[in-house]
Amino acid sequence: MLTLALILFPIVAALFVLAIKGESAKQVAFGAALIELVLAAYAFVQFVPNAQSQFGFDYPWLASGGIRFTAGIDGISLLLVVLTGLLVPLIILSAFRQQYDRPSAFYALILFMQAALMGVFTARDAFLFYLFFEAALIPIYFLAAMWGGENRIPVTLKFFVYTIFGSLFMLLGIIYLYYQTGSMVAGPPVAGAPAIGAAHSSAIADFYTLNLSPAAQGWLFWAFFIAFAIKMPVFPFHTWQPDTYVESPTPATMLLAGIMLKMGVYGVIRLMLPIVPAGVDVWGTTAMVLAIIGIVYGSVIAIRQRDMKRLIAYSSFAHVGLMAAGVFSQTANGLQGALVQMLAHGINVVGLFFVAEIIFSRTNSRMLDQLGGITRTTPKLTVYFMIILLGSVALPLTNGFVGEFLLLSGVFSYNNWLGAIAGLTIILGAVYMLRMYQKSMFGTASARTAGFADVSGSESWVLIPLVVMVFWIGMYPNTFLKLTEPAVTNLLQYITG
Amino acid sequence: MLPIVLLSVFGIILLFLGFQKSRAVLLPACLLFIVVALATTFIDWNKTYLYFNGMLLMNNLAMVFIAIVLISAFMVVALSGHYLEDEAAQPAEYYALLLFSLVGAIMMITFENLIMLFVGIEILSVAMYILTGSDKHNLRSNEAAIKYFLMGAFATGIMLFGIALLYGATGSFAVSGIAGYVGTGSGVSLLLYMGLLLLLIGVLFKVSAAPFHFWTPDVYDGAPTLFTAYMSTVVKTAGFAALLRLLSLPFSGVYGFWWVILAVITALTLVAGNVTAVYQNSFKRMMAYSSISHAGYLLIGLAALTQQSRQALVFYSLAYSLATISAFGILLLVARERSMNQLNTDNRSDESFDAFNGLARKNPLLGFVMAVSMLSLAGIPLTAGFWGKFMVFSAAAERGMIWLLVVAVLMSAVGIYYYLRVVIAMYFREGSMESIRIAPFYRFVLIAATVLTIALGIAPGLIQGLV
Repeated sequence: MLTLALILFPIVAALFVLAIKGESAKQVAFGAALIELVLAAYAFVQFVPNAQSQFGFDYPWLASGGIRFTAGIDGISLLLVVLTGLLVPLIILSAFRQQYDRPSAFYALILFMQAALMGVFTARDAFLFYLFFEAALIPIYFLAAMWGGENRIPVTLKFFVYTIFGSLFMLLGIIYLYYQTGSMVAGPPVAGAPAIGAAHSSAIADFYTLNLSPAAQGWLFWAFFIAFAIKMPVFPFHTWQPDTYVESPTPATMLLAGIMLKMGVYGVIRLMLPIVPAGVDVWGTTAMVLAIIGIVYGSVIAIRQRDMKRLIAYSSFAHVGLMAAGVFSQTANGLQGALVQMLAHGINVVGLFFVAEIIFSRTNSRMLDQLGGITRTTPKLTVYFMIILLGSVALPLTNGFVGEFLLLSGVFSYNNWLGAIAGLTIILGAVYMLRMYQKSMFGTASARTAGFADVSGSESWVLIPLVVMVFWIGMYPNTFLKLTEPAVTNLLQYITG
Repeated sequence: MLPIVLLSVFGIILLFLGFQKSRAVLLPACLLFIVVALATTFIDWNKTYLYFNGMLLMNNLAMVFIAIVLISAFMVVALSGHYLEDEAAQPAEYYALLLFSLVGAIMMITFENLIMLFVGIEILSVAMYILTGSDKHNLRSNEAAIKYFLMGAFATGIMLFGIALLYGATGSFAVSGIAGYVGTGSGVSLLLYMGLLLLLIGVLFKVSAAPFHFWTPDVYDGAPTLFTAYMSTVVKTAGFAALLRLLSLPFSGVYGFWWVILAVITALTLVAGNVTAVYQNSFKRMMAYSSISHAGYLLIGLAALTQQSRQALVFYSLAYSLATISAFGILLLVARERSMNQLNTDNRSDESFDAFNGLARKNPLLGFVMAVSMLSLAGIPLTAGFWGKFMVFSAAAERGMIWLLVVAVLMSAVGIYYYLRVVIAMYFREGSMESIRIAPFYRFVLIAATVLTIALGIAPGLIQGLV
């Protein structure tokens, strides 16, 4: 039942927020997100580390079709539920200094988004998963297209059509799988003839036990891969991403980069690996090569960027490439690393985008060559920014290190050469991140950056939890790893067995 | 079979009511008549009866289709209030024609004899020819009517020819008779195949399937918006109910013959409708092509013809009708508002996408209703349209028609592009739209359709088990 509350509460809260006139909407939305965080934290504390799905619920939905409204939290879901619960209040808080036109709609959409994300990460029925997967797109589309930058309309349209296009193939795959379950045969072409055999089911667990031919697994692999590769995004399906990240208002960018791209990685772990293992055997290397091309390509482009937001967007593209590569290695290390890295990356990227937003709000520029000399007046920002940045660079003792280390060890055990190339992410990541830091924070102050006020109030309250999380995951990752381990082990049985 | 009798009588009563000075009674009377017809439809629930000497067959499936048609008609009539204010209009005649056309639609849905199918289509079509041209002083309306009439008459001729051939092959006009002949299996006459093909062409013309769709954009565009809404929902639903009965009862035995033809037509329809819709600048014309594309999705369910095809067609027709009528209802308001505020050189109201610019800012309700309709037509989850698409897709998947599904999926992605253009115009573009005054009942109908669309999107089980 806790899962149901996690999905429904943000919807109820969003409807309530919609009814509020004026700026107090943000306080109410923040309060609601905090309550949601408490619910997620409760799940985190109460979670028993085994492979079972917990706190679940199960209702008939399309009863005659065997399609059920069922969700629950296992180790794989848990980290993402925690991530969503943690980031959304911070994202709302990060917008406290901004004045958005029609605030009630703005904050209600963020809450709707949260409900859909919770649904994606907890759904135990493939159609329910698909439904939330698509439903998450609507609020984020409106957020980006309504409050975004100048070029928002064509950019978000491309984003919307592109991602739906991808997920429609996943829908085909799910429908196909659905008909492989049970033993019902297509009736004779006479309406009214009784159906023969056992009913179909769309439970994800039932998909795991199907015996699919290698040929079917081959095309199913691509049906799912296109959907998730566009969402993550993996090279060459990433073209929507940098523009969308840059044009969106920063809270929407945070939702996109911090949580939404994890839907793709999560989908690969939850649906692709266990359902089409033979397909992954054949095409996994291709997918991994694409992901690794993305790492290098994204990093190299990030080094050349002037715009901070665009730089972070490309860095996010590079990082998610490593997660995808680690997942396709189909090793315990790779999967564990991807799960921890999803949590870590969500925290880091939200922090980085927030710092970019702070700088932009005071200097009216995100261009690195127009910035510099900020450190002189901002001791707190300097430290917070540096810690989050180091987490992103994967320095030991920060959150990025644990994830990247596990991911790389997964990729290495799959193929040494691929591992070596993927390892470039650590070097290139340090280059573009430190370059960004150096150009924006150090150097001499320009007219724009002179008298830069240090972070205070709500800004600190966003950055401090993020910094705490950077260290927590970095120093004691076992809190999280031990929760995911049984589920990952269980999942690997379907992959290898 | 009470609705046929009642609607005929009510139509005549409405004509007499038209003699009165006051027009105020017409709209409520017409709505009341439709509600009464709707209520009496369900008298035969869970029973199967033959009526009029075995000419019409009533069963649950037919009743559900009739209900969809009547609900669509109810919504269209409810959105017709402005005709009462227009001096030149003849609302009593329009309403009477609508009721008569409903009789035709019901005959198409319940036919047990091919003669009845023919008569039903003709009753519906003749009424539509007149209503299409009802904007007498508008050249485009006249053009549309004559085009529709000429093409329609031609298609009817082909259909009649087909029925004659079928009679030659089977010696019967009755559905059961033909089914008996087809069921014997061996030695099915070539005449039957020819007859079936010609009959299909006739009906496919009515539902505007490619390559018989060329009349649709011009007619939908030229006809008064209200009747475009009526045509694209009631005529289409009745046409598909007729096709479903035709293909699933008498001709299911020769499935191997017609499914390839139908599948090719389906793919053509999907591509023609969706791709052409992208290039439209007029919202109304886009909706015409969109209606062609939706005929394509419905045809998928027919071409697959599995257990769930019936369910899928019912659900899809309902979802499509709700969304389409709401969209046209808002177009009506917006176009009238635009034409009142500015001079139009060609005496036509502005029906382009740009007419919707900035609509949602001053009219959040209209924006929301329109956005839900567009998302439902695009098949985005949490709307009824998604489940409609889902059901027809899964019927095809059950048959293993993967290539057709791939075409359908690609075309769905194309569809999202042009439906979103409306949403973009309403929400993200600046426009000079003022707050539009909406009559309470009009508002109620729009809200009800939207609520139903979302409710069916969340809980598609609501109307499951009816058929």
